[in-house]
Amino acid sequence: MPVIPLGDAIRELVHDGDVVALEGFTHLIPYAAGHEIVRQGRRDLTLVRMTPDVIYDQLIGMGCARKLVFSWGGNPGVGSLHRLRDAVEHGWPAPLELEEHSHAGMAAAYAAGAANLPFGVLRGYAGGDLPARTRVKTIACPFTGEELAAVPAHRPDVGIVHAQQADRHGNVQLWGITGVQKETVLASSRAIATVEEVVDELEPRPGGVVLPAWVLDAVSPAPRGAHPAYAHGYYDRDNAFYVAWDAVSRDRDSFRAWMQRHVLDTADIDSYHASLAAAAKATA
Amino acid sequence: MTAGLGTDYTADEMMAVEAARRIADGTVCFVGIGLPSVAANLARRTHAPGCVLVYESGTIGAKPLELPLSIGDGELAETADAVVSVPEMFAYWLQGGRIDVGFLGAAQIDRHGNLNSTVIGDYDAPSVRLPGGGGAPEIALGVRDVFVMLRQTPRAFVPELDFTTSLGDRVRVVVTNLGVLEPLDGELTLTAVHHGVCADEAREATGWELRVADELVETEPPTEAELAALRALRTKGGS
Repeated sequence: MPVIPLGDAIRELVHDGDVVALEGFTHLIPYAAGHEIVRQGRRDLTLVRMTPDVIYDQLIGMGCARKLVFSWGGNPGVGSLHRLRDAVEHGWPAPLELEEHSHAGMAAAYAAGAANLPFGVLRGYAGGDLPARTRVKTIACPFTGEELAAVPAHRPDVGIVHAQQADRHGNVQLWGITGVQKETVLASSRAIATVEEVVDELEPRPGGVVLPAWVLDAVSPAPRGAHPAYAHGYYDRDNAFYVAWDAVSRDRDSFRAWMQRHVLDTADIDSYHASLAAAAKATA
Repeated sequence: MTAGLGTDYTADEMMAVEAARRIADGTVCFVGIGLPSVAANLARRTHAPGCVLVYESGTIGAKPLELPLSIGDGELAETADAVVSVPEMFAYWLQGGRIDVGFLGAAQIDRHGNLNSTVIGDYDAPSVRLPGGGGAPEIALGVRDVFVMLRQTPRAFVPELDFTTSLGDRVRVVVTNLGVLEPLDGELTLTAVHHGVCADEAREATGWELRVADELVETEPPTEAELAALRALRTKGGS
């Protein structure tokens, strides 16, 4: 498993039409990888993610997605994801098919995928209107007859996660809130990890998740690559960015202009941050 | 917005204080972001120092100094007794029956406590696409008691939901800006009003014919100590 530039990893491993899961529950969201998918103009993706967050708002608004598989699509603590809403409510820039689950269902589906099982089982989805709108069925416990929910396993073509560190062999470690990243990597046919830094040796961390090099297809350095989300031990969540995104994303033109300036017109994570710094300086 | 004539606290503050009072010391609370997080943290800072805050991001026993803007802020992990993965959180802790109280909000509620946080209008062609259920469907049936916090308006308190995201079976209390509703024979009934609010105001803010308890009581206004503790809570980096 080589340590390669992120542009090469996305070019080789993410294809038009793929089912792609970029995971990270509030923490360690792989923004740099998402931006590279936008730069390379991927189309017709099925995007899978528990909490789409601003990165999927950006991918959807830039026309990369055909379908979204998710469980909670908002801007945490702020409000709506306006690009997601525009796609669902008005078909802009393209209609977006939804496959909607609960958090518990999504988590069970990833865990089933990682375990090479066809479906996950949980006590859930009972009684509401969601089961009629999504891929979930009822099964009976073979021992007690209890009715349980079955969700088909997530088996993405590509799973992408962000982590704090890799060593020079490509072994990866992430810590803090570790979300559903281990399951995402192990459920996916191909896996990419972006990392804050490459170090000589991984030091064991409390609660740390280690992904051995041989379960990954690419490891790519992306310092500050989770911004505006955060990387525990490296930098805090940019809450002001999430608040400001509400106004940027509300309008199609201001959204497009923002993406042009900070993503399409930048080459990589470093120039993305340079363009944000330049914009902040200009308005200071 | 003030809660009533002659008050020096907001409706949101009244809601947070009233919800916090209902959290007993030692209660394990599954907390969402916004007002529930305010209420649970207020309880922990006042009468219930032993209440355990569980956030769905996987942090168990979080003790944030500042209120988080998202359910996965770093401070939650730094101050938690344990940090677990998301599949573990939902399977072992929520489904495992370890949570006493779960807080839910919504865009719509009906008289049975069923909630809609999915869409306004038709699912396939919604007039408003809401964020969706997230943890709500399993929280609603996986915890012992569900607390709902919601502003009371005819748009939110509706005779029929546009979409049922979660069931009301375990809703024990609904704290609103006007008062408190509790289920009586399976129907949410106004059991208390906040200081300066009358039952008719609550009736007018409800899209169904609201049942009012025979012995309607008034909630206690926030004490100075409660307000001081509440106002000392600040949202990290929020607006």
